[in-house]
Amino acid sequence: MAKTLTFTPDDKVHAFITTIPEVSYEDGPLSGVTVAIKDNISTRGIETTCASQILKGYIPPYDAHVVTLLKSAGAAIVGKTNMDEFGMGTTTENSSFGPTLNPCDPGRVPGGSSGGSAAAVAAGYCDMALGSDTGGSIRCPAAFCGIVGLKPTYGRVSRYGLIAYANSLEQIGPMAKDVTGVSRLFSVIAGHDKRDSTSVDRPYIHTPNPSVKGLRIGLPEEFFGKGVDPKVADTVKKAVSVLEQAGAEAVPCSMPSMSHALAAYYVICTSEASSNLARFDGIRYGPGGDLRKSWHEEFSDRRQERFGKEVRRRIILGTFSLAAGYFGRYYQKAQTARQMVRDDFARLFGEVDMIAGPTMPSIAFKLREKSDPLQMYLSDILTVPANLAGVPAISVPCGQVEGMPVGLQLIGRHFEDEKVIDTAFAYEQGAV
Amino acid sequence: MVVSEDVRKIAKLADVGVDDREIEEFTSQCSEILTYFEMLDTLPQGATIDRGLVNIFREDEITESLSQEEALRNAAEKEDGFFKAPRVM
Repeated sequence: MAKTLTFTPDDKVHAFITTIPEVSYEDGPLSGVTVAIKDNISTRGIETTCASQILKGYIPPYDAHVVTLLKSAGAAIVGKTNMDEFGMGTTTENSSFGPTLNPCDPGRVPGGSSGGSAAAVAAGYCDMALGSDTGGSIRCPAAFCGIVGLKPTYGRVSRYGLIAYANSLEQIGPMAKDVTGVSRLFSVIAGHDKRDSTSVDRPYIHTPNPSVKGLRIGLPEEFFGKGVDPKVADTVKKAVSVLEQAGAEAVPCSMPSMSHALAAYYVICTSEASSNLARFDGIRYGPGGDLRKSWHEEFSDRRQERFGKEVRRRIILGTFSLAAGYFGRYYQKAQTARQMVRDDFARLFGEVDMIAGPTMPSIAFKLREKSDPLQMYLSDILTVPANLAGVPAISVPCGQVEGMPVGLQLIGRHFEDEKVIDTAFAYEQGAV
Repeated sequence: MVVSEDVRKIAKLADVGVDDREIEEFTSQCSEILTYFEMLDTLPQGATIDRGLVNIFREDEITESLSQEEALRNAAEKEDGFFKAPRVM
């Protein structure tokens, strides 16, 4: 039986690009649960922009697989959330529709790139949200806004209908106020889809269990050292001691591949982006072309006019990395560094069951604080390793520094999303 | 280290316009970022890459897809069921 609800939030933090005032929904496990969708996930009949002017007015003729699953589970899809254009950013300031503000402090960013999704949940506009995480884009805004966000194991959630930025790194994932909410949303979206060639048949049928007795938790020194705000590091260490009190064992360890992980990540994501974003020519969707100009002239002008600076910068960097003369120095070496990260995780997961550290090296930045691109990239250092290796990682709120939320990041073995969720749940229960 | 001519050339290859006012900013930013990337060059070449991936093949079968009308709906310029694009040559 179709039911309806009205959705008219007083969106003071600009979490949404599009809202749906009259939402109809069905019966099901998420019946009537309000869910916001990041604006890079295709929704049939609802404008989907990736926060870019090049897709303004684009109405997808089909639903992403996750959206089909949400609708059949009865979820009420209430709107499309703001983001860094095409997912390129750590603050949601790179949206062509203007920034989202952090509900905890409107003078600060909500994190990114799924900043609208995190802010919508944190501000209480909706129950849950979907984000996508290429290098931390779910976990960073979850940490900055004080909610829970999971980047699932690569392949566990279909990317069909997710507008691609860097295919080998990104996953769609759930965001909610608490671990139980994340678990409920994840149980709906996980599972095999033949339309995504990297999809794996590993559904998630699980209820969070707060037992961590005997769990070995590795604390890599790189997650607590140089570049990490000591107050954030201390807050996270205190959170780990809560898990120790619940029966887990903390083990010091090291991840030497962290020294090259960030450079590798940016070479790979910009390279993939430079190829993926070639489809935005304005012809098949978007604004159309001036038919009097030549193809290259028109294509180049239209992309200058409709892509923001960060998007053009990443396309240029990716084109550099893939260009003859640079390919061996950048792209191939980045693949070596990526393998080193995978090897580090494989070695560590022989010794420990879980890795813990801060999600972000600092609390949420002030608006316009990160105006230099490289300085902004460096803040992703603690989140990119999980994407390079494809392992699951969650951010769960674990206290405050200067009145702003701090996120505890828990990283697990491939396909052990259940254990990651259980550990986050154990912390959440123990911290009460 | 890259100079503005490198950035102009790459931007042209990538079909993204960068105007004269932006070129200096893009050059210094790209230069700084590419210098940071150079740390990768200290790594050994030809390391074994093991992704643990296998190819999965399927039959080439006809499945449901968008109708021509749906596929064209978002295009601004179209004619007789085709997308209309600027001339390539």
